[in-house]
Amino acid sequence: MSNLVEVRNLRIEAKTDSGRLVEIIKGVSLDIADGEIVALIGESGSGKTTVALSLMGYARPGCRITSGEINVGGKNMATLSEKERARLRGTDIAYVPQSAAASFNPSSTIMEQVIEVTRIHKLMPPEQARQRAVELFRALSLPDPEGIGTRYPHQVSGGQLQRLSAAMALISDPKLVIFDEPTTALDVTTQIDVLKAFKSVMRAGGVAGVYVSHDLAVVAQIADRIVVLKGGEVQETGTTAAILSAAQHPYTRELLAAFEPKPRQAHADADAATKQLLRIDNVTAGYGPVRDDGLPLIRAVDSVSLVVEKGRNLGVIGESGCGKSTLARVIAGIHPAATGDIVFDGKDLQRAARKRSQDQLREMQIVFQYADTALNPAKPVEDIISRPLAFYHRLDRQARAKRVDELLDMVRLPRGLRYRHPSELSGGQKQRVNFARALAANPKLIICDEITSALDTVVASAVIELLKELQRELGLSYIFISHDLSVVEAICDEIMVMYNGERVEQITPDKLTAPTHPYSKLLFSSVPKLDPTWLDGLVRDPELVSQYGHR
Amino acid sequence: MTTGRVTTSRRSFLGHSYSLVGVVAALVILAWTLVAILAPYVIPHSIGDIVDDDYFGPMRQGLWLGSDYLGRDMLSRVLMGARYTVGISLAAVSIACFSGVVLGMIAAVTGGWLDTCLSRFLDAMNSIPSKLFGLVVVAAVGSSIPVLILTLAVIYIPGAYRFARALAVNINTMDFITVARVRGESTLYLIGSEILPNIIRPVLADFGLRFVFIVLLLSGLSFLGLGLQPPLADWGALVRENIGGLPFAAPAVIVPSLAIASLTISVNLLIDNLPQKIRDRDA
Amino acid sequence: MTSGVLNLVLKRLGIAAVTLLIVLFAVFFATSMLPGDTASILLGQAATPEAVAGLREAMHLNDPAILRFLLWLLGLLHGDLGTSYANEMPVAALIGGRLVNTMKLAGITTLLSVPLALTLGITAAMLRGSVYDRTVTILSIGVISVPEFMVATLAVLLFAVYLKWLPALSSVNEAHSLTDLVRIYAMPVITLTFVISAQMIRMTRAAVIETLSTPYVEMALLKGASRSRMVLRHALPNALGPIVNAVALSLSYLVGGVIIVETIFNYPGIAKLMVDAVATRDLPLIQSCAMIFCLGYLFLITAADVVAIMSNPRLR
Repeated sequence: MSNLVEVRNLRIEAKTDSGRLVEIIKGVSLDIADGEIVALIGESGSGKTTVALSLMGYARPGCRITSGEINVGGKNMATLSEKERARLRGTDIAYVPQSAAASFNPSSTIMEQVIEVTRIHKLMPPEQARQRAVELFRALSLPDPEGIGTRYPHQVSGGQLQRLSAAMALISDPKLVIFDEPTTALDVTTQIDVLKAFKSVMRAGGVAGVYVSHDLAVVAQIADRIVVLKGGEVQETGTTAAILSAAQHPYTRELLAAFEPKPRQAHADADAATKQLLRIDNVTAGYGPVRDDGLPLIRAVDSVSLVVEKGRNLGVIGESGCGKSTLARVIAGIHPAATGDIVFDGKDLQRAARKRSQDQLREMQIVFQYADTALNPAKPVEDIISRPLAFYHRLDRQARAKRVDELLDMVRLPRGLRYRHPSELSGGQKQRVNFARALAANPKLIICDEITSALDTVVASAVIELLKELQRELGLSYIFISHDLSVVEAICDEIMVMYNGERVEQITPDKLTAPTHPYSKLLFSSVPKLDPTWLDGLVRDPELVSQYGHR
Repeated sequence: MTTGRVTTSRRSFLGHSYSLVGVVAALVILAWTLVAILAPYVIPHSIGDIVDDDYFGPMRQGLWLGSDYLGRDMLSRVLMGARYTVGISLAAVSIACFSGVVLGMIAAVTGGWLDTCLSRFLDAMNSIPSKLFGLVVVAAVGSSIPVLILTLAVIYIPGAYRFARALAVNINTMDFITVARVRGESTLYLIGSEILPNIIRPVLADFGLRFVFIVLLLSGLSFLGLGLQPPLADWGALVRENIGGLPFAAPAVIVPSLAIASLTISVNLLIDNLPQKIRDRDA
Repeated sequence: MTSGVLNLVLKRLGIAAVTLLIVLFAVFFATSMLPGDTASILLGQAATPEAVAGLREAMHLNDPAILRFLLWLLGLLHGDLGTSYANEMPVAALIGGRLVNTMKLAGITTLLSVPLALTLGITAAMLRGSVYDRTVTILSIGVISVPEFMVATLAVLLFAVYLKWLPALSSVNEAHSLTDLVRIYAMPVITLTFVISAQMIRMTRAAVIETLSTPYVEMALLKGASRSRMVLRHALPNALGPIVNAVALSLSYLVGGVIIVETIFNYPGIAKLMVDAVATRDLPLIQSCAMIFCLGYLFLITAADVVAIMSNPRLR
C-alpha cells in the first residue's frame, strides 16, 4: 500500500427525524500520501466533515458507515472494533475541532487536556509530556508557553485555543491530523497567525493532514491537493495549483467565480446634487452602568459620525467586537445611544425606537445576519412578509396577497414558497424572505447587519447581486455591515473602517489598495488571496501586529 | 427539563410520527375524561346507597368492583371519583397555567422592575412547600370545591410562571422579536403573535406535568382528610376511607389507587411520547 | 474563591433572606385567616362576652394585623415561639423532641437515597438505551407518577402484610435494640427513599446525558478515551452543578413526603404534630411548624444554588 490513507467507495447513512434513512456520503474515494495535506472543500451539507471524521472510524450520533473501505496506515477503520479504533485515535490520527472554545472541557486546565492523549495511551511519563507540550506551544508561537498550560480554557482567547488544540493533536506525533474548519470562527488578522503556525509545524514534522474548509483562499495557502465535495460526492480532485488555475468541474468554477472581485460601477449620477439621507454626529453608546458624565462604562461605539447619501451605500467593516453591530442597533434605535444626534431624511430622530413615529420606523429597516433567528419559526412565509403590509400600510387581505406575490418575485423566490415555514427553506431562501420583509415596509434605508456571513460563498454572492438590482429598481440606500472586505467592496460606495468602537478611516473602494490608517493596512493585507504563495510571501509589520493583532 | 424518555418504535400518519406508548396513554386519558363527563348518567347505584350486606365485598356480578367499608358500590364511587379528581385538577391547572403563562410572557417582554418584582414575589411563593401550603389554607378556610381549586391553582402559578418566563426570555432574545419591536408592535402583539406560537408545545407539556402534580397533591390532601369532604369523595379520599381494607387487599382500596396511577402515569408517558412533526425537507 | 463568586453567593443569600421574610409574612397571614374568633373557640361556648374580650386583649387580637406580625417576628428573634392554644404548653417544648425525630428520619433517608440515586442516575446515563436504562427510567416514572401514600401503602402491603418482616406502625419509644431500630425506621425510610430517589435519578440522568453530548466529550472520544473516562473525567465534573441542584431539589421533596409518611406510619415527628395541630386549629403551633418547614426548604434550595455557583468553572 503506497498511500497513508486510501478511502474507497465510502458510504454513510443518516437517520432523519421520521426514522427515514438518507445516504449523505455517496461513494467517496480519496488518497492521501505520507506528509501530504489534502483539503476537503465544499459548502455546508456537502459532507466534508462527515468524510473527515470517518477517517477516525467515527460517525456522529444518528450516522452510520454502511460500506466502503477506510484504510489508514494499512488498517481499515470501517471494520475495526471500537476498542481497536480507540487505540488509533489520538495516537495515529488526531483531530483539531472547528470550535476549540467548545471542545475544551471547561473544568480542567489546558495542560491537563493537551497531555491527556499521552495518559490515555500511556505514551510517555507526564513530566516528559508537559515538556513536549511547552515545545509545541513555542512552535505554535503561543504567548507565555511556560505558563499558558496552567490556565483554564475560558481564560484564553479563541485564536490561542485554536492553536492549543493543534498542540493537543500533535503531542502524540500522529501520522495524520484532521483539521475541521479550524479558522472559520476567527477574525482575519488572527486567522493569519493560526494558519502560519499550523503550516510551519505540519511542515516541520512531515505530518499528513486533512484540512476541511469552505474557504478556497484559506485552503490555497495550506493544501497540496484539493478535493471538491458537493452533496456527498467528489466533484473534482487535483493539485491546488491545478484547481485554482484550470478547474474542470462547473461547480468548482462557480466556487472560484464567487471570489472574483466584481467592482461596482460608480454611479452615473454621482455628481448630481446628492442629498443626505442619514447623518449621525458623535454618537456614543455602550453597555454597563452609566457613569457621572452620562456615558456608559463600556463604550462599544465611541464618538462615531457618518453620512449616508440617498441612493448610495455605506459599508462598515471591522473585526468581531469592534462595535459595528452595536452601531447598526444604535442607528435603528434598538440600543439607544448615550449621546449624539441622528438626523434622518432632514429630521432629528429620537434615540430610542419606541419614541420614533411609525413612518420613521417604516422608512428605516434592519436586516439581521441569522435568518434562522430573524424569522419567526412558527409562522409561514406569507404571514411573515404580510405583517408589515398590514401594520404600516393597512392593506386588506387581497391587497396583501397580491403584494406578497410581488415581493417574492422581487427577491427571486417562487410564489409557492409562501405557504412554507422558515425551517423548510434553505439558508439563502431564508435570507431572501428576511429581505422581502424589510422591502414590504417601503423603506428608504436598509441596514444590513452581516447578512451574507452565514451563507455559503456562492449563495452569498447571488444575494449581493440581488441587493444591487433592487437598489437600481427602488432607489434604496444600504448601510452594509460586514467583517468580509470582498462583500463590502462589491456593493458599497464608501467604506468605513472601525476598530475598538471608533471610526479609524473612511475610504472609497477604488482606493482600497492604499489605506492610510495602520489598522486598515493590517486588516486589508490579512484577507487571504486565491494565490497559493500569498501566505508565504506575506510580510507584516510586526509592530502593527503587536499593536492591533490578537486581542 | 429534559428527562428520560420511554420510547418505542414510532409509526407515521398525517405528517406526524406516533409511538405506541403515546397512543395507549392518550386513550387512557381520553377514557377517564369521558368517565368524568358521563359518570352521573352511567353509574349503576347512587354513591350513597348501601347495596351490600358485607363490607369490603369482593368483585362479583352486579358489584363489579366490590363494595366499600360501608357496603356501598365501589364502581359507582370510583366513576364519580373520576369526576372530582379530573374535574378539580383540570380546573386548577387551567387557572394556574393560564395566569402563569400570561404573567411569564409579560414579564419576559417588559423586563425591568415589573419582571424583577413579579419574579421575586412568585419565587418566594414557590419556596413554600406545596403540601404545607395546602394544609395551612385548607385548615384556615375549610375545604370546599372552589377553595380546593383556587388553592391548588395558586400553589402552581409560580411554577408555571417560572417555566413560561424562561422560555419567553429565550424567544425574546431572538432577532424576529427585535424586528417586531422596531416595527413598533404592541406588547400584546409580541406576546400573542410572536412568542406564544413558539412556546406553545413545551407549555402544553408543562400543563400536563402540572396536571399530574395537582392530581397527586389533591389525592394527598384528600388522603390526609383535608381534601373533599364526605359524602363526596375523590380517588384520594376513597383510598383514605377504605384503607382498613388494606390487610386483605380489598378492591375498595386497590382500585382507586390504580385509577390515580393509571391517569398520572398515562399523562407522563404521553408527554414523553408526543406526536412529532416530521421535519424532513424534500431531499 | 474569587470575589466574583463571593458576590454571587452573597447576593443569593440576600435573596434567600428577602424570600424568608415574604414567606414568614405569607404563613402568618394564611393562619390568621382561620375563620371564627380564636378567643371564643378557646373559651368554648359557655364563655361570657367579658371573658372573650379579656382574652382577645391579652392575645393582642384587637391590634392591627401588621403589628401582630411584628410582635410575632420579635418573639421569634427571642426564640419565643408562643404558647400552644390546645394544651397551654410552650410551642418550643412541643416541637423540640419531634423536630429531632423528623431530622433523624430525613437524615437516614438522605444518607441512603443520595448515593443510591446518583449511582442509578449516572449508570443509566452511561448505558443509555440499554435494558437497564429503560428499566430504571420506567420505574422512576412510575414512582413519580403515584402519590406518596400509594408508595407507603404498597410498602406496607409488601413488607408488613405479605412478608411480615416489619411492623406497619412506628413507635420510637419502644426502641431497645438495633433490630428494633431498624424495624421502626425501615418502613418510613423505604417509602421516603423511593419518593425522593425517583426525582433525583431522573434529573441526574438528564444532566449527565446533556454533558455527554457536548463537543468536549466528543473530543475526548476522538482522543481515544474509554467510555468510563469520558463520563468520569469529562462529563461528570461539568454536570456537578446540575446534579447538586437535583439532589437539593429532591431533598426538598422530603418536606412533602414526611407529611404523608409520618401520618401514615404514625411517626412522632414534627409533620404529624402539625397535621394534628391543623385538626385542633392550634394557631401558634401551625405557624411554627410551617415556619420550620419553609426554613428547611429554603435552606435546601439556597444551598443548591450556592453549590451550583461555586461549581461553575468559569467563575473559578
